[in-house]
Formats: sequence, C-alpha cells, structure tokens
Amino acid sequence: MFNNIQEFYNIIPLVIIGSGIVLSVFIEIYSQKSESILPWFSILIFLSAGFYSLLTVSQQSIVLQDMLATGGRTNIFFFLFNIGAALVCLLSVDYVKKYGMNYGEYYILIQSSVLGMMFMAGAKSLFMIFLGLEIMSVCFYVLAGVNRKKEKAIEASLKYFLLGAFATGFLVYGIALIYGSAHSTSIDVITAGFPVLSTNIVFLVGILLFLIGFSFKIAAFPFHMWVPDVYQGAPTTVSGLFSTIGKAAAFSAIIATLTALFSGENQSLFLPYLSVLAVFSMLFGSIVAIAQSDIKRMLAYSSIAHAGYILIGLAAGTSTGIAGVIFYLTAYTFMNLAAFGIISIVEGENDANLSIDSYAGLGSRKPFLAALLSIVMFALAGIPPLAGFFGKYYVFIAAIKSGLTWLAIVGIISSVISVYFYLRIVVLMYFKEGEQETIPAKSFSGMLGIIISVLLVILLGIFPGTLLDLITSYL
Amino acid sequence: MEQSYLLTYLLAIPLIGSLLLIFINKEKEQLVKYFGLAVSLIAFVISLIIYFGFDNQSGDFQFVEKFNWVRGLNISYHVGVDGLSMLLILLTTFLTPLTLLSSWNGIKKRVKEFTFFMLILELGMLGVFVSLDMFLFYVFWEAMLIPMYFIIGIWGYDRRIYASIKFFIYTMAGSLLMLVAIIWLVVYSANILGGFTTNLLDLYKTGPTIDKSIQGFLFLAFALSFAIKVPIFPFHTWLPDAHVEAPTAGSVILAGVLLKMGTYGFLRFNLPLFPQASLDYAVLISVLAVIGIIYGALVAMVQTDMKKLVAYSSVSHLGFVILGIFALNQESVQGAVIQMINHGLSTGALFLLVGMIYERTHTRKISDYGGIAKIVPFFSFALLFTSLSSIGLPGLNGFIGEFLILIGAFKSTVLNSWWFTVFAATGVIFAAVYLLWMYKKVVFGEVTNHNLDSITDLNLREKLVLIPIFVFIVWIGIYPSTFLNVSSKTSEKIIKLVTSPQNQIELGKVDAPK
Repeated sequence: MFNNIQEFYNIIPLVIIGSGIVLSVFIEIYSQKSESILPWFSILIFLSAGFYSLLTVSQQSIVLQDMLATGGRTNIFFFLFNIGAALVCLLSVDYVKKYGMNYGEYYILIQSSVLGMMFMAGAKSLFMIFLGLEIMSVCFYVLAGVNRKKEKAIEASLKYFLLGAFATGFLVYGIALIYGSAHSTSIDVITAGFPVLSTNIVFLVGILLFLIGFSFKIAAFPFHMWVPDVYQGAPTTVSGLFSTIGKAAAFSAIIATLTALFSGENQSLFLPYLSVLAVFSMLFGSIVAIAQSDIKRMLAYSSIAHAGYILIGLAAGTSTGIAGVIFYLTAYTFMNLAAFGIISIVEGENDANLSIDSYAGLGSRKPFLAALLSIVMFALAGIPPLAGFFGKYYVFIAAIKSGLTWLAIVGIISSVISVYFYLRIVVLMYFKEGEQETIPAKSFSGMLGIIISVLLVILLGIFPGTLLDLITSYL
Repeated sequence: MEQSYLLTYLLAIPLIGSLLLIFINKEKEQLVKYFGLAVSLIAFVISLIIYFGFDNQSGDFQFVEKFNWVRGLNISYHVGVDGLSMLLILLTTFLTPLTLLSSWNGIKKRVKEFTFFMLILELGMLGVFVSLDMFLFYVFWEAMLIPMYFIIGIWGYDRRIYASIKFFIYTMAGSLLMLVAIIWLVVYSANILGGFTTNLLDLYKTGPTIDKSIQGFLFLAFALSFAIKVPIFPFHTWLPDAHVEAPTAGSVILAGVLLKMGTYGFLRFNLPLFPQASLDYAVLISVLAVIGIIYGALVAMVQTDMKKLVAYSSVSHLGFVILGIFALNQESVQGAVIQMINHGLSTGALFLLVGMIYERTHTRKISDYGGIAKIVPFFSFALLFTSLSSIGLPGLNGFIGEFLILIGAFKSTVLNSWWFTVFAATGVIFAAVYLLWMYKKVVFGEVTNHNLDSITDLNLREKLVLIPIFVFIVWIGIYPSTFLNVSSKTSEKIIKLVTSPQNQIELGKVDAPK
C-alpha cells in the first residue's frame, strides 16, 4: 500500500481523522458521558490534523497509487477544513444541548464530512473527487436534519438530499463524458491532454456538467434554490458548516480538477460560464438578501453573493485568481462562522429570535456580543481593515490583471448593495431600542469560538501577508 | 535620512487611547471625558512637534516612514507629510479636542462609546492625510466611515438612521469605484515597473504615462469618490442630511475635516496621477464648482433651520476650494489650501455655536429666535464674529482664501475665462446675505419667544472651545504667511506635476490591462 514510510507520514492528517471517526464511534457506544466527551475529542482531532497539515505543508507528494496529493495547496485546504470544523464543534457544544439534539453522531458526522472534504481537496483522480463529495454530502444531508423533532429541519434535509442527488447526477454524467473522451480518470492525464481535448466537444460538455454539479455545491445562481431553505431549516451551527468549509471544499475540488483551465491559455474556455455565474450570483444574492426578514435566510443569500465574488477569482483563471479564491474562502469561513455562532447564541427555543428585528437594541443589552456581530457584518460587507476587504481586493486584482475590469465593477456594485443589508443589523442593534427582550443564552464555549473567529477576521485583515505568502508559495 | 517615528506616534496615540478607553468603567463618565480630551491633546502636541520640525522650504515628503506590510503585493506602511497634509493634520488634531470639549454636556448617553468613536475617527482622518501608499490610504479612507456612521446613527437627531445609512452608502459607492481604479492603476504600473507596488511615489511616475482615454476613466473614478466626499454639486445630497442629523461634534468634524479629505484627494491623487485628464476635465469640474457655489448659497438663503443653513453654506464654500484647485495656478491652489483650513475653522465654529444655543433652547428654527443679543451677549458676539469670518470680511480668515482663489481663477490659463470669477464672486455676496439675514433674525429685534428669556450665556468651557478658533481666524486674516508658507512649495510642486510638458511625454508604450 505504501511505497515508503514517508508516504504514510504525508497522509497522517487523513489517518488522524479516520481513526478519530472510529474512536468516536466507540466512545459513543461505551461511554456514559459521550455527549460531553465527543465535542472536545473532535476538537482535539481536528486541531491535531489541522496543525499537522500546516507543519508538513512543504512535503509535497502524490500518494496512494496516484490518487491523492498531499502538501502544498492541499494541506492549506486541510488546515482550513480542520480549523473550521474545530470552530463549528466549539460553537455546537452548548447549542446542541439547548435543542436536545446532543446525539453522538452529530460530531461523528462532522468528522466524516471533513474526511470527505479532505479527499476532494487532495484528489488526483476523478474517482476521489466523487468519493469525497459523496462522503461529505451524505453527512451533510443527515446533519441538516439532525434535529429530528423539528419539521423544518427534516424538510431542509430532504430538500437538500433531493437537490444534492440531482446535482451529483450532473457531476457523474460529466465525469463519465470526461472519462469517455480522455480515457482516464487521472487528473494529471487529463491536464496533460488538455490542449488536444479542448477541441473535443464531448470533453467540453463533460467539463461543463462537472462545473454545473459543483455550482450546486458552492451555492451559485441559478443552482442556489436549496440554499435559503436549507440554511434556515438546518441547525444554525450546521448551516455555518455548510456555508463555510462545505463551500470551500467544493471550490477546492474545482481547483484540484481544473488546474489546466487555470493555466492561462485555456482561461477563456469557460470564462463565459464562470463570469455569468459570478455576475448573477453576486447581484441576485445581494438584492434578494435585502428583502429577507430572517437572519439565517439573509446570510444564505449573502452566501450566494459571496460565492459570486469567489467565482471572480476562478474566472480570472490565473494563479493570482486561485490565490484570491483560497484567501477569500479562508476569510469567509471565519466571518461566517462567527456570524452563525452569534446567531446560535441569540437564537431561542422554537426558532425564537431568528428574525432580524429581534436584534433591535442588542447593542445596549449585550454590548460585547453586539460589537462582535458588528465587526463581522462590516467584514462581510468588505470594509477595511477586516479580512473580507482583503479577500475582495485580491480577487479584484486577479480580475483586473486578466482584463476583466467589468467583472470587478459588477463586484463593487454588488458590494454597495450588500452594505445595505449588513448595516441593517448594525442599525437595529445600536440605533433602535428593542421591543422584546432578547436574552442570549450563556455559552462559554460558543463565545470562545466566536471570539477566536472574530480575532482571525481582524488579524487576517490587518496582516494578510502571512497567509498570502503561504498560499502563493504553494500554488 | 534618519528615520523618525513621529508620524507613527501621532497615529498610535488615538489608537492606543481608544483601546485603553475600553478598559475604563463606563459609569465613570467624567474620567472617560477627561481621558479622551487628554489623548486628543497629546495628539495635538505631537502634531505641533511635527510642525516645528517641518521644513517649509522643501516640497518633498518629510518624516517619511516605510515598513513592509503585505510583502506579496508589495504593500507597505508608508507615511509622510508635505505642506498640504501638514496643515490638514494640524487642523484635525486642533479640532478633535475642541469637539470633545464642546460635547461635554451635549452627549448624555454612552459617553464612553462616543469618546471611543471620536478617537478612532481621529485615527482614520490622520491616517488618510499621512498615507503615501494607495492601499494604506484606501484602508483609512474606508475604515473612517465606521466611526462617523455610529456617531451620526447613535447620537444624532430624529432622522439619524436615514442620514447615517445615506452617508455610508453614498460614500462607499464612490470609494469602491475608486478601488477598482486603484487596482487598475496598480496592475498597469506593475507591467511598467516589473512588480506590484502601491507606493504612491512610484505611481506618480507611471500614472501620467497612461493612455489619454483610459486616464479619463481613472480620473473620473477617483473624482467621483472625492466629489461625493467634498461634496461637489450634484453629489451633495447626503450632506445636509448628515450634517443636520449628526450631533454637534459630528457636524464639526464632518465639516471641519471629513469634507477636506475630498479636496485633499483631488490635490494628492487626481492631479499628480492623471495630469492629462486633470487638464481635460478642469473646466467641467470648475463649472460644477461654480454651480455649487451659487446653488449652495441660494439654497442656504431659504433655510429655516440654522444647521441646514450652515450645511448648505458648506456646499458653497467648498465650491470655492474646488474652483481654486482646478484653476491650477499658484495663487488659486494656495487659496484653496488656506480655504480648506478656513472653512474648517469658520464652519466648525458655526456648527459649534448652533449646537451651543440648541443645547439651551432645543430648537434650531430661525423663527424661534429673535432678540437674543441682550440675553446672551457673548454668544451674539461670537456668532457675528464667526459669520463675518465665513462671509470673508477682510481682516479675517475667509477673505484670504476667497481672494486668492478668485484672483487665481481670473488669471488661470487652464480655465481661460473670467466668467468663473464673476459667477463665483456672487457667492461671496450671497454668503453675506444668508448669514447676515440669519444673524439679524436670530440676534436682533424684539424677543418674541419668551422661552428664550431664561437662557444663559456661554460658560467658561464653551468660551474655551471658541477662543482658540477665533485666535486662528484672526491670525490667518492678518498674517496668513505663517500658513501659506507651509504649503507653498507643495502647491508649486503639484502644479508643476500637472502642467509641466514632460508629463505628456509617453515613457514608452506598455501593454495596458484591458
């Protein structure tokens, strides 16, 4: 199985998560206190896998019979997924107790989904992409409905499953066509044959279907229909998971597969598709978000808009663009996790306090929490010096460098629109007095997760250089 | 040249001050107020130290500091001052403690947050004036919106929410377009210089080489952002709302400093970066400026609300500044620079006075007043003095700026028409009309509103706020050279950058990004 021991070292992050899942199952079965052990055990697993990936980022290799790449960009994604998942677990500790869904499988499913994401990020074969995607997606379907006493959650789960399966259909069909024309599922072979294959219509249709399949997963317009319902119906922390590292995983798979597309000369091939998707996602997401009265739905539409900004980086089709995508995804992960974390704390029984109006007057009742949420909202709106701004700055640079100034201009129009609904939350919290008393739950671990995320948002905004150097040196 | 850290200290003082403020118990309001005042006074002292170390004879940037910030994109923390920013820094650090002092009693709720935002605002404004890196500049430019937004939104009057959102979105829309232009410029320069840089001094070299047609677009993108901030007619509609709804301190800072950031932007970025386009659009923008002068004055004349009247007078006065900038000769640009300072002092003082009388009567309607000369003599004197300064009475500051601008516009070869001066000069007359009318209605006549009988005259604190401003109003009026000398070399340099023929020579054809 392994050619040498080094190969084993390189896949240790996967081994950690894999064995973590098995151990978690045993903890769940044999321990009386599994509910209080599992979250912390998961966090430990994620942190060790995450930091191991970061430390071994320079060990670039291809392992497991050319199926999986490790090191470099893959490990950066590993790090992102694991840190994101650790934060989700931290936010979940009290949240799942509050809703009586403290099932052991909650954490096990998160671990499994992260394993799937890691397969996707490192895939060197279309099989691995598919395998990873399915591992992740199946876990997500279940997680969306993990609060099985709540109708809306079950509806969300079912909707997600049906549309997700539909999207997978596109993807598999695309993979079949790619295989049919390239005679291989190896991404390296496909990349090498790209100049010849790019004249083959079957191959191009295959790539297009492949992209459509992933457009569902990244929640881009017009494949976004499931997003608002699922984000609203699923438990808040789970929505946080979907919208951040779930999205990042789908982008990582696109980047891993279509490196050939992003090498410069083939850039124009799918430019129309990617740029149209980007434009509509940004504008649609931002405009519809204005009309929302539920904060989770608002964030769902904002997530569609953000998918659009990230797509600008892909459309640019250069290494700058890819670096922008990875930076943006990292920034977005922490911004959105903080936002969903705060919502999960403010949220009450039976979907109470989920409407945007229930944030009125939070600034005087819970000044610290309100200050954190304001920072997050300003970051999402892309105001410097926070992480969201630098992400946008970088993808805009990539776009303009590739001659797509118009795309950057659409991006800023959408940003201006989005300022309105992000600021609405701030307006409510500080400029208005609330009618009903929203008493946020006390949650030490939740607050810790939020504070870490917000600190990262600020740090990534003020010192983007560290992460950026890391990304650009391993493209 | 040895590195001096004075500018970093200047930026660090409000930052550290605001961070320390977080740890002060918010119940101790007096302590919070004194602390905020102390911090802003320290910043003022540092800016004075910088001023005394400043060499008037050099048009170059001084006190320059440069550190790598984002290595990958070659963004650096790069700051420095020249004559233009020196004056504006002094204005900022001078006005901030005064506004904090002026709102001693006016701000009753959330004093700690108010002081916090004022200090952060000071940091943002100073950052804008000292940045020599496009990226750094943009960060400060945008970040500064946040404290102002809260100041209007939390401590403002009835329609504060509408005003704060309008202010935010208007400004943001302009500045994001500028962001695209900045990135375009940076990408273009990277092709010439062989590497990314956002260093303004490098961009000064590459900007003028941009093809004429594209230069026009970039110029307009920058100009829109600054025009909204100034504001130039017809982008002024946010201003009356923001001014009227903001608390006194917000209005003073808004009028005194924030609007200057727009005019500063024209001088610092538009003219040197896009000289060709600046010459092309000079007439258009000057026409808008003159329209603004007359329009602002006419609208001010019919206002019934004192604060709104002062707000519209700002539109008119800043029209002069823009006219001066785009007349593009030594007199006019010097006049524009000094007029920026004048407007900061005079209009700032007018807002302070309106705020002071409002605190006593809780009305800003002109018709509610009348005959207060006997009741509040010092206030009446102060209002007269400030109005005269704003009108441009010789011997006071306003005269110097407007006179220089009008002379400059008259002999300007760029505008090449004396009609600009003719129309702009009517603005001076109109200013006399609306301010003296207001003064007459408020101060003279019989006391009709007997609620006014019991109001008290300005107290020591309020006099302490006004007297320093008055000192400078007279100083600039009588001996403007103190201030004109500071910016003289810088103005000369900027004009040379725009009008010297070498800028029209292409440095070599380079492929521009599309």
